[in-house]
Amino acid sequence: MFRPTVFVAGVLALPLLAVSVWAQLPSTPGTKATIEASPAAIAGSKQDPDAVARGSILFKEKCGGCHGMTAKGTNKAPDLVRSVLVLDDEKGLLIGPVIRNGRPAKGMPKVGLSEPQIGDIVAWLHAQTFAADHRNTYLFLDALTGDAKKGEAYFNGTGGCAKCHSGTGDLKGIGGKFDAHDLQGRWLMPRGGRGGRGAAAKAPITATVTLPDGKKVEGVLERYDDFTISLKDAAGEYHSYSRNNGLPKVEVKDPAKAHTELLRKYTDEDIHNVTAYLASLK
Amino acid sequence: MKIRNLIFPIVLALGASFANGQLLDPKKLLQQPTDTWPTYNGDYSARRFSTLKQINSGNVHGLSLAWVNRYGSGNGITIKSTPLLVNGVLYFTAPNHVWAADAHNGRELWHYQYRQNTGSTIGNRGVGIYGNWLFFEAPDSRLVSLDARTGKERWSVEIADPKLDYTSTVAPMIIGNHVVLGIGGDHIDNPGFVQSRDPETGALQWKWYTTPRNGEPGIETWPDEYASAHGTGQAWIPGAYDPELNLYYVGTGNPNPVMAEQSRKGDNLYTCSIVAINPDTGKMVWYYQVSPHEVHDWDASVPIILIDGVINGKPRKLLAQASRNGYYFLLDRATGEHLVTKPFIDTLNWTKGLNAKGQPIPDPAKYPAPDGRLVSPASGGATNWPAQTFSPDTGLLYVGTSRSYSMYYVTDTDDHPEGWAGLDAQAGTDGSALLALDYKTGNTTWKHEWPSGGGPSHMLSTAGNLLFTSNASNFIAFEPKTGKILWHAGLTGPMTAGPISYELEGKQYLTAAVGDMLYTFTVNQPNK
Repeated sequence: MFRPTVFVAGVLALPLLAVSVWAQLPSTPGTKATIEASPAAIAGSKQDPDAVARGSILFKEKCGGCHGMTAKGTNKAPDLVRSVLVLDDEKGLLIGPVIRNGRPAKGMPKVGLSEPQIGDIVAWLHAQTFAADHRNTYLFLDALTGDAKKGEAYFNGTGGCAKCHSGTGDLKGIGGKFDAHDLQGRWLMPRGGRGGRGAAAKAPITATVTLPDGKKVEGVLERYDDFTISLKDAAGEYHSYSRNNGLPKVEVKDPAKAHTELLRKYTDEDIHNVTAYLASLK
Repeated sequence: MKIRNLIFPIVLALGASFANGQLLDPKKLLQQPTDTWPTYNGDYSARRFSTLKQINSGNVHGLSLAWVNRYGSGNGITIKSTPLLVNGVLYFTAPNHVWAADAHNGRELWHYQYRQNTGSTIGNRGVGIYGNWLFFEAPDSRLVSLDARTGKERWSVEIADPKLDYTSTVAPMIIGNHVVLGIGGDHIDNPGFVQSRDPETGALQWKWYTTPRNGEPGIETWPDEYASAHGTGQAWIPGAYDPELNLYYVGTGNPNPVMAEQSRKGDNLYTCSIVAINPDTGKMVWYYQVSPHEVHDWDASVPIILIDGVINGKPRKLLAQASRNGYYFLLDRATGEHLVTKPFIDTLNWTKGLNAKGQPIPDPAKYPAPDGRLVSPASGGATNWPAQTFSPDTGLLYVGTSRSYSMYYVTDTDDHPEGWAGLDAQAGTDGSALLALDYKTGNTTWKHEWPSGGGPSHMLSTAGNLLFTSNASNFIAFEPKTGKILWHAGLTGPMTAGPISYELEGKQYLTAAVGDMLYTFTVNQPNK
């Protein structure tokens, strides 16, 4: 593949950068490692999942002592996830020789791996960099940190949730249906949204339009802006009216409005407690 | 050759007065243009205010469609570029695509398509023009120069390592003989920089890193050089320029890792900052950080507007930014002196107040966490990159805003997280509004609450006593003093780029990009 000269200069600059910064890493990075590429990240990286699995074991055994168990570097050897060499690599053309021969001048030994083993480590490294690079493949951690008892009290008291919901009624068994993170997203924003796990609300938004002659038209909201109000009535008939200077008058009823109103009120502790309570409803 | 034959007669017919064969007279960049829109923001002040008033509050009810044309073909193309208008020709882009179209009727004059590549196609914000040459960023981190007359490629140069997942979206800005550009991308912990290129050759003139290295001021705001060098802070939309002070102003983006801060304790200069750079040397002259130690993806890469105003009876050279973090900032643009900080949405819940310099003090209790923290605004911000406008006639700055909430999660608790290392999940919204802010105080003079849609929408104000923006599917004219709606027309969606206004042969037009289409409006006159 054709590579312009500027690009080559960038690669050559890498060892200098690596040397200058790697001595200043925190002393024990990687020790609380929680990140392994998720299945979605491995799929996205287009690496062979079996090779990635083998590479993970091999890397930890042969390389992790210096580069850290997640390849993020230690005070002995550089971070490989942020490494320009790894990010620029295709199919081991750049990093294969380094693994194969080591970098004795910089203290990196020749480890003595077979070619298939080198291929597995390359596959794993690419899955790791892909994972860091693609936030849509991230796995959420534990959202179940709240106190279920306090959550129940909030649900029945301050939160006002019990005005519409019941742990023994509509929410019975909800804790068995979703993991805590999904559950938290769904109850916070029942109509869903970017990054949300919503679309849980079944009750539609409705509107009442008061026409100039005083007649009222009520139905499920289809579209509402400064210039049009459109709705579908109980018989399924579609109604649409022009709006001008706020007329005709429109009243919107969103059954999930209480969720929006709570946004200004609840604390993070309230949220985590309610999640814990809902998660306990098995 | 065929294309060339088509274009030259058009250009000549316009009676273009470009000396020495240049399409764009460089002086246009220093004026308040009426017959051109020669740079991303219309002029260097970036106020996106047109001095034209043929279309005005008295006749806007008669504003009607002049033409509409589609430039994509169901291939997912979105025009996020503010079109440039030079000698009757519109120049605009989408990722991998540049078009020239006759502004009289929308007819495509040429269409340049970049080579196939795997770069991000999140957006492209347009071209810069210098004489006969156009400049745009290609997704694989290259700056491409085209001949504006033919769409023929002159050269392309690499502006960043194409394998590091930068997003090359920025409209280059021409200052003197400098093609000044930033780049986008915070997926991984890339170095951030602004650079200047020679318009004739593409050669690098200077490169200013948005985060310091050892021995440079600001390095004390990072744990070490390693964190700073991977601290990102991309300047991904063009800024503004003061020719008298010879300062280029640009906002920088959020630091990396984006949502996990444990490996980057400190203020993290010069991320989320407004910086003033000498465009001849690439040296930073002053900075003001609007979000110290940012953890919610709120870039300061949002519009910067230069205002020549009066504060306490004294004329001042000012710089305003209604920032993504929900605060309005007013600075002295000669010195960077802080004058005003004022929240413009009332749902903000992430600070412990302001420090002596007027900077928000982030509340650690609202940093993203594994079990989630509820914060307003969501990562998309109280506003975002869409065009804001300032009208010198009203003294008001117009900005599209959102009172959104998200749960912010950390997904990487390592001492040494990478990339975003977290995510936010929308938790709801309190609504969205068009705000008119008093530039002197940041106070909201009037607001228009959108029944739906709206949010950070694109704006233009004019001397015709008009303010233009869009909701989800209408082009709308407001009375800029009061917020009264004067006119609207249906579109196929929201505007996807800043609208522009210009005159051709004495007639005023407005052009707005919507998806892969351009709509152009004018007030028709009776046939004689």
